[in-house]
Amino acid sequence: MSRDETKALAPGEALLKVTDLNVRFRTADGEVHAVRDLSLQLAAGETLGIVGESGSGKSQSMMSMIGLLADNGAASGSASYRGEELLGMPAGKLRRIRGRRIGMIFQDPMTSLNPYMTVFDQMSQVLIHHEKLGRREARTRCVEMLEAVRIPEPKRRIDMYPHEFSGGMRQRVMIASALLCRPDLLIADEPTTALDVTVQAQILELMKDIRREFGTAIILITHDLGVVAGLCERVLVMNGGREMESGPVDDIFYRPQNAYTRALLAAVPRLDEAEIRRLASVAADDAAEKASAEAAGEVITRHEPKLDAAPLLEVDDLRVHFRIAPATVFGRSQLLKAVDGVQLSLHPGETLGVVGESGCGKSTLARAVLRLVPATTGRISLLGDDITAKDKKAMRAHRRDMQVIFQDPLASLNPRMTVGDIVAEPLWTHSPGMPRAEVRKKVAAMLERVGLGPQFINRYPHEFSGGQCQRIGIARALVLEPELIICDEPVSALDVSIQAQIVNLLMDIQAEMNLSLVFIAHDLAVVRHISHRILVMYLGRVVEISDRVNLYERPMHPYTQALIRAVPIPDPHKERNKPHAPLQGDLPSPVDPPSGCTFRTRCPHAVERCASETPALRILGDSLVACHEAERVRAAIDRGVSPTRTAGA
Amino acid sequence: MLRYSFSRLMGAIPTLFILIALAFFMIRVAPGGPFDSERSLPAEIEANLRAAYNLDLPLYEQFFRYIGGLMRGDFGPSFQYKDYTVTELIGTGFPVSLRLGGSAMLLALLIGISAGTLAALRQNSRTDYSVMAVSMTGISIPNFVMAPLMILLFAVYLGWLPAGGWGGGAWNHMILPVIALALPQIAYISRLTRGSMIEVLRSNFVRTARAQGLPERTVILRYALKPALLPVVSYLGPATAAVITGSVVIEQIFGVPGLGRYFVQGALNRDYTLVMGVVVFYGVLIIVFNFLVDILYAWLDPKVKY
Repeated sequence: MSRDETKALAPGEALLKVTDLNVRFRTADGEVHAVRDLSLQLAAGETLGIVGESGSGKSQSMMSMIGLLADNGAASGSASYRGEELLGMPAGKLRRIRGRRIGMIFQDPMTSLNPYMTVFDQMSQVLIHHEKLGRREARTRCVEMLEAVRIPEPKRRIDMYPHEFSGGMRQRVMIASALLCRPDLLIADEPTTALDVTVQAQILELMKDIRREFGTAIILITHDLGVVAGLCERVLVMNGGREMESGPVDDIFYRPQNAYTRALLAAVPRLDEAEIRRLASVAADDAAEKASAEAAGEVITRHEPKLDAAPLLEVDDLRVHFRIAPATVFGRSQLLKAVDGVQLSLHPGETLGVVGESGCGKSTLARAVLRLVPATTGRISLLGDDITAKDKKAMRAHRRDMQVIFQDPLASLNPRMTVGDIVAEPLWTHSPGMPRAEVRKKVAAMLERVGLGPQFINRYPHEFSGGQCQRIGIARALVLEPELIICDEPVSALDVSIQAQIVNLLMDIQAEMNLSLVFIAHDLAVVRHISHRILVMYLGRVVEISDRVNLYERPMHPYTQALIRAVPIPDPHKERNKPHAPLQGDLPSPVDPPSGCTFRTRCPHAVERCASETPALRILGDSLVACHEAERVRAAIDRGVSPTRTAGA
Repeated sequence: MLRYSFSRLMGAIPTLFILIALAFFMIRVAPGGPFDSERSLPAEIEANLRAAYNLDLPLYEQFFRYIGGLMRGDFGPSFQYKDYTVTELIGTGFPVSLRLGGSAMLLALLIGISAGTLAALRQNSRTDYSVMAVSMTGISIPNFVMAPLMILLFAVYLGWLPAGGWGGGAWNHMILPVIALALPQIAYISRLTRGSMIEVLRSNFVRTARAQGLPERTVILRYALKPALLPVVSYLGPATAAVITGSVVIEQIFGVPGLGRYFVQGALNRDYTLVMGVVVFYGVLIIVFNFLVDILYAWLDPKVKY
């Protein structure tokens, strides 16, 4: 390790000291002042969380420090690392600090690694340039580091390309590359945002280990308060380019002084609370939202569905299999079982949450229910009518009863249509005879209901923010007064405060119109907040269905238990004291799933039977669960001992 | 890989067959014949000639005889250049065109990629604007205008270079036609490179490389160049095939005895076999170059596997 140039820090001297940092961007619409008078200090080995929503300046402040601002950006003020001023440092000198003394990891591991170079080729560049190592020495060091971030078989995998790694493994490679020169500061910009919650738990665990092993100071930039609570010692909250509040993690979470911090904390649903509190919406800009913001934090009585009424939607043994075209002309086509035997029922006024890791078939299930992809086998009935095999024309009559809201709010709106036309389009299709004046009245009323004034009616989607676009999507879904809305990750692309507004809106509308919702999301806390019952999926199958209280308090399936354990809770004490045993490994390929119980390859409780026999969904307590060992596992947890793997498993 | 190559070659057969059939029947539809001239031949002689070249047989039978000949590698005799077979004519014209076009393509790649990269690195600067202005000119001025202008300047006024002729491939005879051929290619390649390079330089993995403190030269040459060249590579296949089989216009203007000249004269004289020969040859080259491009792609992009 070459630490020759770096002098030891004097006691009490800061590793990094930022004073009055300002970042400005010149744009066509004038100057954007992205970071305003930011000051912070970081001691060696300390972990600081910078929390804020998009546009808060949290990333740009760090990028400006290490000279990675876009060309139209300029930074002023001071940022000194070990007493050396980083702003205005000559590019060559700054390059010797960047990547060597200060490492960086980014949000999207899919695109942050070079897809055209092997892992070794890109990792070794760091050592070749900073430490003048030869390829052979570099190789040894890279393999060591890959081992340190727990990549299995590093000697073999180092010669692979990034696309041959899973998302979590790629983020490990990113971390390994950043740590190669043993930096004393690691800046992690939303390192787990693009990952599944189970993989996020693995990566966070790894970052803790790294801090312990290498003594690296970490600046964690994130929007997720839960992540901060578990990992950071100090927290800095940013909004609109300014510091809102900073302090030790316990002060920020238990004694927040700033209104924005308090609102941010109240904007995220809590997985660990049984009662439902109304979520706070930080950016309350219209009157309706202001009124609802005042109600934030109040425990609300949930709209309860009529469970004795006939089910609105029934799905029985639904399977959706896709044939994958062979890779070569002579190859064999493979069968991808995206949905493999799902049954569910939904009552009027009920919300059914659907959770699972990405790739588990949630969205395909939604599309099959909407008849957007054909079901391979099984039965879907809506309001008592079997719609599984209805032709296009007959199906149209049913479509007005079930509508959909998509994940990407902007992409799901036609950019060439005005908002008024977008919301009116379902009416044109389903009520072609409706007079124009009536259509206009209905559209205006619907936009009003979702919180958009009549002045927006002639504007185009790109003029709206993500949250507003999602409101337009909701208005479009509601205008036909459907019985059922399927929400496919409707809040995943939104900031927490906007997410809170949309969740509140959906819950209000449900109570008013007695709507049924299928709410698909990967965020277990949001799903639990909005749902009456929750369905947990794994590799195309249902592993557990339970009500919202029971699912969290007495999860039956080992997968559900692992999912719940993986969700970071915005409460530092709970986060520190919870058992840290993240689910290992990645989702197996749905083209070649394990035999028997598909979860057994990652299950800590698997026994021999799990490999041979597929568990059926059965009633256990108040839940439906598909696990052979559920009773034993549950009983062991209730006794307070951790159930161990039976010999021979 | 081997399997992929094999299936690609098999796939080329129907393409070639359709090409041959279209060309064969289309040229027969054109009015006139190979033995029409200002002085009409006596009827018996013409009948004899037609019989000698099998032109008196039904068209479909001529077609199948031609295909049969092709299978044996026989392009048939030229109708116009008596005593020569089409194979011999292609054999003399193609090396000249290949040398001319190959040099032009190499020059275009060298200059186009460097200019495009330079423009991308200094986006919206004076360098960028001048590279783009020159390349716009290269695209918009057709080479039948550019070539005579160059001859006028360098051969007639300055007297530095010969105005035409091949001179057996001497370097001073090559300079002007090579530049004239390369100019539009430089323009296309530099624009393509600039566009994709700008995109790649904005990508996350380039940001990672910079965050790792790698020198800018490494970032560009080792990280950015390969992905930035992918669009250029796909353009290169058909472009190279077109350039090395001879530019009709350039060869005519500079008096270069390449393949392009035979193509024009063959078509004008209704030299059926010569035109067909050049068409088939060109078709095979296009297929071969597209195949090479796909192989090159697999080498450049590890996600592409055959």
